Amino acid sequence: MQLVCPAGSLPALKAAVRQGADAIYTGFRDDTNARHFAGLNFTDKQLESGLELIRRERRQLYIAVNTYALPDGWARWKRAVDRAADLGADALIAGDPGVLAYASKHHPKLSLHLSVQGSATNAAALRFYHEQYGIRRTVLPRVLSLNQVRQVAASSPVPVEVFAFGSLCIMAEGRCHLSSYVTGESPNLCGVCSPASAVRWSEGADGLSSRLNDVLIDRYAEGEAAGYPTLCKGRFMVHGKRFHALEEPTSLNTMDLIPQLVEIGVEAVKIEGRQRSPAYVEQVAGVWRKALDAYRANPQRFAVEDAWRRVLDTVSEGSQTTLGAYHRAWQ
Amino acid sequence: MKLTLGPILFYWQRQQIMDFYADMAEQPLEVIYLGETVCSKRRALSLDDWMGLARELRQASGAEVVLSGLTLIEAASELSSLRRLCENGEIKVEANDMAAVQFLSSRGVEFVGGPALNIYNAYALDELVSRGMSRWVPPVECSAHLLAALIEQARDADVSLPEIEVFAWGYLPLAYSARCFTARAENLPKDDCGFICQNYPEGIPMTTQEGQVLFTLNGIQTMSGGISNLLAEYPRMARMGIDALRLSPRAQNMNEIVQQFDEVRRGGQPPLAVDGCNGYWHGQAGMLTVEEVGLC
Repeated sequence: MQLVCPAGSLPALKAAVRQGADAIYTGFRDDTNARHFAGLNFTDKQLESGLELIRRERRQLYIAVNTYALPDGWARWKRAVDRAADLGADALIAGDPGVLAYASKHHPKLSLHLSVQGSATNAAALRFYHEQYGIRRTVLPRVLSLNQVRQVAASSPVPVEVFAFGSLCIMAEGRCHLSSYVTGESPNLCGVCSPASAVRWSEGADGLSSRLNDVLIDRYAEGEAAGYPTLCKGRFMVHGKRFHALEEPTSLNTMDLIPQLVEIGVEAVKIEGRQRSPAYVEQVAGVWRKALDAYRANPQRFAVEDAWRRVLDTVSEGSQTTLGAYHRAWQ
Repeated sequence: MKLTLGPILFYWQRQQIMDFYADMAEQPLEVIYLGETVCSKRRALSLDDWMGLARELRQASGAEVVLSGLTLIEAASELSSLRRLCENGEIKVEANDMAAVQFLSSRGVEFVGGPALNIYNAYALDELVSRGMSRWVPPVECSAHLLAALIEQARDADVSLPEIEVFAWGYLPLAYSARCFTARAENLPKDDCGFICQNYPEGIPMTTQEGQVLFTLNGIQTMSGGISNLLAEYPRMARMGIDALRLSPRAQNMNEIVQQFDEVRRGGQPPLAVDGCNGYWHGQAGMLTVEEVGLC
């Protein structure tokens, strides 16, 4: 099972390589990239130098062109696909049928991975992308239970990649407009969710408030840990009660499931977090490499070590992790 | 312009569904969408029931009837139900997942592409039109600007356009999850939900701690807190060449909504003030109400 790690910068890419990532995924510096944040991503020179390192160390580079193309920006998406092909990327990660069609027609040698934004959760949808565009892998949305992953993997025409660790999207990726409803900017079109430009913090008599485009996402009493106001992880009111009506601030961690994922035949596990620091990539890639190596060396005696868990907890949202939808009870 | 009635997004009792459509059969609607798009556990009507209702409605109203498919397909059983729906051999289907597109296009039958398919540009549109999509409901977050640019892009690229149906009235379906938020709000496990969402024929409002209505919880679906209303935009939509307007069912007074839209399309004055949200249409946050009616 391959370890696929994020890189939003050259130092993060170097950290991923150093810590034993099999593949590193990144994107370009524009809205073709679903992690299109200020200060993130590579200059041309940085990307070339990162690629050189990846080639030297015999790892792989995946390029994500994973937002949906805007009609009046089509040239940018075309250019991004061309650039990924020219660079010799080992895979292009995309979800827009127009972009996939363009890539498969003009760059038949470029390996295509269906992005999680493509929102394909079942074998029939995957057959569509396989028959039409020849995709060679798919990234499954974080909405399936382990049993459902097993069913999809068994009937899919292509191998599957699943999310192993990172921020937990509780909605089916590619099928969530909550961010644009509140801020005008969405993952599908702008490559952002709950964008930092819409965040406002204020301190008042009733505590510390976090807002997105003036909408109160959460309010913290003194001493309460405050987190980034991702809008599905705030405390809201339903039936007159205040609680995390959608989800708590928590991260996904599937390390305990490594034996099952291998047995199911999952081809790769993905670490989320191109927006995170090189230190995050260093730590998370490191413990996941150790865990996968430990499993390979002795599958029968595999157990997650406390030390690995501690490392992951320190970089998790709200310092807690969950199996998410993989575990039926979460649903 | 055609007026269409979208599928019921909430979970109603069987009798309520039947009464609702008996009422809607009398309304000036050209297309009526039927079926369950949100949760496979909602089984007030079976596929056979929906088919029977579709035939009756076609007879009684003269409207075109379409069966809408489930949006988020997770279990193998859901996929086989969707396949049965797509292979019904009689009634047109609205695809809300690429699985339905695969089933329908491989059989060579025409279909409608629902708002949950991610199509945002003419090349993506062409991928589905060339495989049988004859009508398209753009994602609810699409603005007038995006749609106009897409129509222009299609013309420039010689891509043939399907009929375009805009989601013009109702709670916007915004997100789908593995988790059931209605069950969560009631402290029930999803696998033992007791069909609790039947108690909420227009969903459960979720507000901020300051009382601002933000979203509507509807099982695994999260909807807008406000009702989206594009009636005031009718003239602009007509000029753009939009073919149909979708009105999404609500539990009370749906016939009044249909009549308001019908009056405007028969030449009545569109309202000057906007009642509901319309931010998406104006390229802004969907929750906003933009007062930008063409007064000039």
